[in-house]
Amino acid sequence: MLSYLARRLIQTIPILLAVAALIFILFSVIPGSFASSLGDDGKSVLDAETMARMNRELGLSDPIYVRFARYVGQLAQFDLGVSFRTRQPVAVVIAERLWPSAQLALASMGFAIFVGVPLGFVAALRPGSLIDTGSMVLAVSGLSLPKFWLGLLLMYLFALKLGWLPSFGYGDGGLKHLLLPAVALGVSPLALLARTTRAAVLEILDADFVRTARSKGMSETRVVRWHLARNALVIVLTTVGLQFGSVIGQAVVVEKLFSWPGLGSLLIDSVSLRDLPVVQGAILTIVMIFLVINLTVDALCAAIDPRIKYT
Amino acid sequence: MSPLIAHTDPVMDANLMNAEVPPGAEFWFGTDAQGRDIYSRVLYGARISLTVGVLSQLINTAIGVALGMSAGYWGGWWDDVVSGLTNMMLAIPSLVFALAIMAILSPGLTSLLIALGLTNWSYTCRLARASTLSLRNQGYVQAARILGYGDLRIMLTQILPNILGPIIVIGTLGMGGAVLAEAALSFLGLGIRPPFPSWGSMLSDARDQITTAPWISIFPGLAIFVTVLGLNLLGDGLRDILDPQARARTA
Repeated sequence: MLSYLARRLIQTIPILLAVAALIFILFSVIPGSFASSLGDDGKSVLDAETMARMNRELGLSDPIYVRFARYVGQLAQFDLGVSFRTRQPVAVVIAERLWPSAQLALASMGFAIFVGVPLGFVAALRPGSLIDTGSMVLAVSGLSLPKFWLGLLLMYLFALKLGWLPSFGYGDGGLKHLLLPAVALGVSPLALLARTTRAAVLEILDADFVRTARSKGMSETRVVRWHLARNALVIVLTTVGLQFGSVIGQAVVVEKLFSWPGLGSLLIDSVSLRDLPVVQGAILTIVMIFLVINLTVDALCAAIDPRIKYT
Repeated sequence: MSPLIAHTDPVMDANLMNAEVPPGAEFWFGTDAQGRDIYSRVLYGARISLTVGVLSQLINTAIGVALGMSAGYWGGWWDDVVSGLTNMMLAIPSLVFALAIMAILSPGLTSLLIALGLTNWSYTCRLARASTLSLRNQGYVQAARILGYGDLRIMLTQILPNILGPIIVIGTLGMGGAVLAEAALSFLGLGIRPPFPSWGSMLSDARDQITTAPWISIFPGLAIFVTVLGLNLLGDGLRDILDPQARARTA
């Protein structure tokens, strides 16, 4: 198990490098450097000399392979470079955003798990019932809702009409500010979890060991607890892991809508300012978090299900 | 279609005299801050959303099938290269990747097609590879090989028709995702730029007027929701028809 984890960790390094290279190549073909983008807002047009000097200072005038080699060298030392805009180290800029992002991701996944999984469970145990039909209609709808629109509607209803919750911002980082963005972001993983759980439980209900357990007179509560829950957990966990990745990606839009100071809004703001080191750092961080989550889920599945063997 | 059923021109017919008129007989969905008819703008917005949804998914499917099928069929170093690429793509959330591409290209329809068409093929590729692997040594494929068919001909005539069902399902479900992604990118100001109507950019405008004119926010969002819901239901239906395994499971 430990050697498996170690090997998986080592396997993520080439993926990270490939992502770094990809992002680097993408952004080195951007038409217009940071210096020139400062110039085209119409007001502060820089003269050619200043622009050349800025590009030189920021290291943008070197050939592309020199810049990439330098970049990888810095990455190996966990140095993500310096923000073009604020001159702060990128690692510091990103670190400031990690906690709000983690709060939002955990809260929305928590919401999705604690509502979606029981919903799918109940739906599967009473197939064809009103709860089953209703929750599956909800699930399909939840997957089709644009998150930012849902967020906008929630903001309108709960913040502007009813005045129960603040409409945007981070505030003191408390639950009040977290609630609306977490719900907006959590609805689609909730829908998917409900569907997956229902399908998993239905499949397990058909399995031989469940029939055996029932025929030997095991009580229904025990069947559900010992056989269903445990076996469904692995499938649910895998879905949770996959959904975490999509939540991290989708958070970009929701964070922007609610002005939540996370990695996502940092990414959007840096993209529009062409602050390349921050953009690269943010994307790399997101990829890294995603890989770590997948690894954790794999390890958890192996711990729960003795049938999973890693060689 | 849009010019026939729209009431007004979605871009040109701005009239500040009837700005923010609530939904009624003259303006079915009301008007926005510039006095443009939201009903007409939602209709024209469908062009962008559906074009992007369908075309980007066609590109993704073509890339995924070409890479996955060839990797599964030929194996060897090519398989390693494709698997490496797929793993890398799976590690980047596709919306973040699309956002990075949109940041580089200038906003517009072509850029959207590139950004969404190149970033969502990994599942199709995995599926095509796995199903090709399972078919590669089937009797009829070997028979075709003995008959002297070329690799390309075997892939296109013997393997492709047999793996197409689940791939069509993934492609259809992906269209819904692409419509959502287009809306999100336009909402962030990186997709279709105003004044041209895209559901996402309409919502981005609407955000500022949500207190005074909530209807501006409601209708474009509803349009996205209904479109994506339709595509998802179509995908689910196709899965029931085309994927015999899924049918056996639900039966």
